[in-house]
Amino acid sequence: MPLDASTCVVASSLSHRYGATTALDQASLTIPTASFTAVVGPDGVGKSTMLGLIAGARALQSGELTVLGARMGDKREREAVFGRIAFMPQGLGRNLYPTLSVMENIDFIGRLHGLDDADRAARITRLTQATGLSPFLDRPAGKLSGGMKQKLSLCAALIHDPDLLILDEPTTGVDPLSRRRFWALISALHASRPSMTVLVSTAYMEEAERFERLVVMDRGRILAAGPTREVIAGTGQASLEAAFRMLSDPQWRGDALVIPPRIERHDGPAIVAEGLTRSFGDFVAVDHVSFTIARGEIFGFLGSNGCGKTTTMKMLTGLLPATGGRAELLGEPITQPRLEQRLRIGYMSQGFSLYEELSVRANLELHGKLYQIPADGIGPRVEAALARFDLADFADVLPKSLPLGIRQRLQLAAACLHEPEVLILDEPTSGVDPAARDLFWRRMVELSRDGGVTIFVSTHFMNEAERCDRISLMHAGKVIAIGAPAELIERSGAASLEDVFTGYLEKAALEAGEEPAGVLAETAGLPLPGPPPQPGLVAPLVRIAAFARRETVELLRDPIRLVFALASPMLLLFVFGYGIVFDVDRVAFAVLDRDRTAASRELIEEFRSSPWFEAHPPLTGEADVGLALASGRVALVIDIPPGFGRDLARGHRPEVAFLQDGAKPFQAETARSYFENVMLGLMARSMAETPARPAEVLPFRIESRYRYNQDFRSVFAIVPGSIMVILALIPAMLTALAVVREREIGSISNFRVSPASVAEFLIGKQIPYVAVCFLSFLSLIALAVLQFGLTVKGSMPALLLGGLLYVFATSGLGLLVSSFARTQVAALVATAVIVVVPALQFSGYLSPAAALDGTGYWMGHLFPSLWFQNISLGVFAKGRSLAALAQDLAILSLFGFVFLAVASLVLKKQER
Amino acid sequence: MRWLRNVWHLGRKEIASLGRDTVLFLFLVYSFTFTVYSEATGIDIEVRDASIAIVDGDHSTLSRSISAALRPPWFRPPVLIDRADLDPAMDSGRFSFALEIPPGFEADLLRGLQPELRLDVDATAMSQAGIGDSYIQRIVLDEVLAFLKSRGIEADLPIGIVVRAWFNPNLDSIWQNSLMSVVEQITLLSILLVGAAVIREREHGTIEHLLVMPVRASEIAMAKVAANGLVVLVATAMSLMLVVRGVLTVPIAGSVPLFLSGVLLYLFAMNSLGILLATIANSMPQFGLLATPVFLVLIMLSGANSPIESMPPPLRLLLQGSPTVHFVDITNAVLFRGAGIGVVWPQFLALAAFGMVAFMVALARFRGMLARQG
Repeated sequence: MPLDASTCVVASSLSHRYGATTALDQASLTIPTASFTAVVGPDGVGKSTMLGLIAGARALQSGELTVLGARMGDKREREAVFGRIAFMPQGLGRNLYPTLSVMENIDFIGRLHGLDDADRAARITRLTQATGLSPFLDRPAGKLSGGMKQKLSLCAALIHDPDLLILDEPTTGVDPLSRRRFWALISALHASRPSMTVLVSTAYMEEAERFERLVVMDRGRILAAGPTREVIAGTGQASLEAAFRMLSDPQWRGDALVIPPRIERHDGPAIVAEGLTRSFGDFVAVDHVSFTIARGEIFGFLGSNGCGKTTTMKMLTGLLPATGGRAELLGEPITQPRLEQRLRIGYMSQGFSLYEELSVRANLELHGKLYQIPADGIGPRVEAALARFDLADFADVLPKSLPLGIRQRLQLAAACLHEPEVLILDEPTSGVDPAARDLFWRRMVELSRDGGVTIFVSTHFMNEAERCDRISLMHAGKVIAIGAPAELIERSGAASLEDVFTGYLEKAALEAGEEPAGVLAETAGLPLPGPPPQPGLVAPLVRIAAFARRETVELLRDPIRLVFALASPMLLLFVFGYGIVFDVDRVAFAVLDRDRTAASRELIEEFRSSPWFEAHPPLTGEADVGLALASGRVALVIDIPPGFGRDLARGHRPEVAFLQDGAKPFQAETARSYFENVMLGLMARSMAETPARPAEVLPFRIESRYRYNQDFRSVFAIVPGSIMVILALIPAMLTALAVVREREIGSISNFRVSPASVAEFLIGKQIPYVAVCFLSFLSLIALAVLQFGLTVKGSMPALLLGGLLYVFATSGLGLLVSSFARTQVAALVATAVIVVVPALQFSGYLSPAAALDGTGYWMGHLFPSLWFQNISLGVFAKGRSLAALAQDLAILSLFGFVFLAVASLVLKKQER
Repeated sequence: MRWLRNVWHLGRKEIASLGRDTVLFLFLVYSFTFTVYSEATGIDIEVRDASIAIVDGDHSTLSRSISAALRPPWFRPPVLIDRADLDPAMDSGRFSFALEIPPGFEADLLRGLQPELRLDVDATAMSQAGIGDSYIQRIVLDEVLAFLKSRGIEADLPIGIVVRAWFNPNLDSIWQNSLMSVVEQITLLSILLVGAAVIREREHGTIEHLLVMPVRASEIAMAKVAANGLVVLVATAMSLMLVVRGVLTVPIAGSVPLFLSGVLLYLFAMNSLGILLATIANSMPQFGLLATPVFLVLIMLSGANSPIESMPPPLRLLLQGSPTVHFVDITNAVLFRGAGIGVVWPQFLALAAFGMVAFMVALARFRGMLARQG
């Protein structure tokens, strides 16, 4: 507990590095309890890193950090304080589960924090009412608009009544109306729970200005921290935006961006849309949109999240065919395959859509090549673009490790590289700091005024909208206003463009009957601070159940995956049981008869009449032998020497040569045992006809008993083995992406800042998959019995227990791979490569385990398949009892626990 | 020309992204080296190192010489066990075979009473049971005949049987296993790599960006096929030269360039199939679950693990549509039997046809997928 309850966060000399890059450099900071603090600074200066460290999502590298009295470097203290912190990571709704509903998303976090049913229900009701989400409780998070996602993230963060709320750029990419409402909500919340400390990073300076305290950062250092007024006053500037520019660049003189007037041109419009419409099923995303954009014009596109801006832009680029209406670009109708048209457009999509695995320079070079810039022109042009967009310092860095703002700059650089005539930019400045946004606009103005480039840009920043020649406001698929910014303000009589905008949107929202604004006023109904949940002994179990429940719901929401998990094992067992047959019959043979006597013909007839052999036309000469075998037409050539009949009659023991195709050893060996049998039969009969010799050809008999499978039918051995193979691969493939996918999508951050341990996270994830796979195991047993006529001769409990332990082990293996793989592709390939060989080849399936050698022996014995094969085959074919299989079961059970334990060690809860 | 140039640029990008993923790269190397090696040396589809127990009730010269004749490399040194231990030992799978020599076997034999031996075979060991049975019978017969001869009793068979295996005289399973393991790795990786690459681009939104560029869907698809194919082709060639021929010293009879052209066609077919599967799946987890049964069936029913000739006729007919079956044929024919293009052209044709059809269907679906993308 803090000695001094008035400080919430104390950081001294925090430093953080990613490889060679320093993200935080000796940052020291104190944040008082119950304060309302904004962290501002350009992109990539360590804001997110610092917030991540304070939230405990990142591992501390150097320096001291105490949050709510807990030292964050100490695992036990950190784990204990997680219940009092809430963290909303950067990126719109990145910590939400898109297939889960609003209700389920909040509910999951509540369960994770151990809230009981009644408590959770009450809190969810109050939070969703306060945020206006209550009408949408059942809507999947993936189908919410940006503003609603933001509110949902906030609800999830607030469910456990945190003492410290950390929001990393919560309003990036959110329209002004939603943003305004979001901050109103936060202030109301703070008012109703004054003891809560709120720490927010933001790129919107006018938002930061409303906070009582400021932390200004640049290049990993804290430039200024303190009450907002003092910070601004210290620079002698009037606004925070100016103060910020001043702080980060003392040379800055506040030269405002001046936009030269546009020169009217008369060479026809650049973009024309007439009644452009796009519907997805019943949903009309873009509803009869019409506008004309002149060449060289900067045309701004504004609207709430999800109003159809992006869809319209995609139609104009030809990415998406329109379902109605007409669009023209540079005088030509937009059609999809017109490659020449694409050379004249530059497009920047909302999300980052360049290659994460190529360096900044390589990405630009690839663009240059694909846009057919001559080879000698690419180098200079890429260098120029790097300089122009301030990317030279990052030229050889992978975009993955760059902050959002710099990635956006790269995207714009790429879109402009081939000097297009039209630029279509979808929210290019979202998440970009003011200085960089300024740079963006300077470049855009140059392009428009000097280069005559037409720019079609969407934005949520009102000061950017004011810079456009004309803007259009869009809502719910329709354009509701269009004109020059000044003209629009004048027309509506509002004070600012933002008021114009929110006025239009509020009116439209009211008409549509959604999100009544009145709810926001009832902030008195906000959650009253209840007692924080008491961590009890059952807490780990509750958290495991929460993870398991969430994973189950996600699995149920993806019926295709569920069907695959259940149906493909049955299909595979059916195909294998039917198709894998080891009985060799119909061995194709040809004869080279160089004797041509009755005796040789008798021998040939013996083979012709055997069901095991299939005669091909006889060979005429020795030269044919090679060709017959090499072509694979026959697997056996019987070579009868001249004088065979004569020698046999004289008892001279003639020799018949059997020439086999050795390329397939198994078939060759089997064929050999067949022809030896045929020959023995032949000799026995011919001897029986010769009274001089004993009636028996052999002086003794061997009686072979085929145990466990008297008929020696493949199916009795193959079906139990196939169950083993299928239950090795399918469970492992199911879980192989479980962790790495959350990491790629970002929802893993919920776990990082939760009180749960790695083991709880993994076990919770594994439970539903074990259940599904066990169900699948039961279906396979049923199929084996009903379709293939197998009987469970041995101990059923042993079989069931073995199956459970086996799917526990194989799904655990998938989780283990998922814990160390960096990408989903690697996880898939690694799992397949790891599982296939030991399960197919070293398990006793296709060849007996008793004959394993060398590395194969060890790979077989250090993998669960071999042990389950003993159990499956033992119970199905050999009738073994539970006691007899006890050792196999014991060893099998070890695998699951070892895989889980190793995965818990490999997976680090905190990010590096 | 421009088509080729774009495929080239996009293909180089594919290879660059593969190279960035260290874990993936390590597994590629692992699968084409260690896996091939251990699969070649670790398993014996025919009788080799078979475990056998002997219940010797006779304790005679003959019974000891039979026991001594069951020797490596075909059999592990036989373990003498008591009659009572026979059943539990067989149950636990410790032995695949157990030979029971009754008391007085030698004496009865000399008296011409035709005594009987009993051989217990674990019939769940499908690949060994039948062959091992005939091996043991042959060995016992040889020993008995030699024994009788030494006692002056003529008991030779009237016809001598000479067996010669072409292409692989000792029926050495390392040869077959190593090549079939290579086939297995190619099959697995060719489907997974390219399919996952498509899904990855889709999930990261990069494919959308390609679409606004002046590139065609066919260029994107072909670049993926070519780049991933090239990576696997190089890995295959290295594996063949360094592991199969180098470390495992398998003599390769036929033309390596011809084989590699076969690999190229096979990769074209399989990569197209991979893209096709990727256009069906909506997400990476779905793709994993969709691809798994496909490659498992192709591998298991390729003819490399169990003989195609023995499968039910309808299935055999169906499998004529499996590129893996044709590829296994090419591998056996070219590398073992030294067959030339004159012999394997039908398989080459089949692979090319499959590849073309799969690529066309994949491309059509790929275009459809891209159109839905927005």
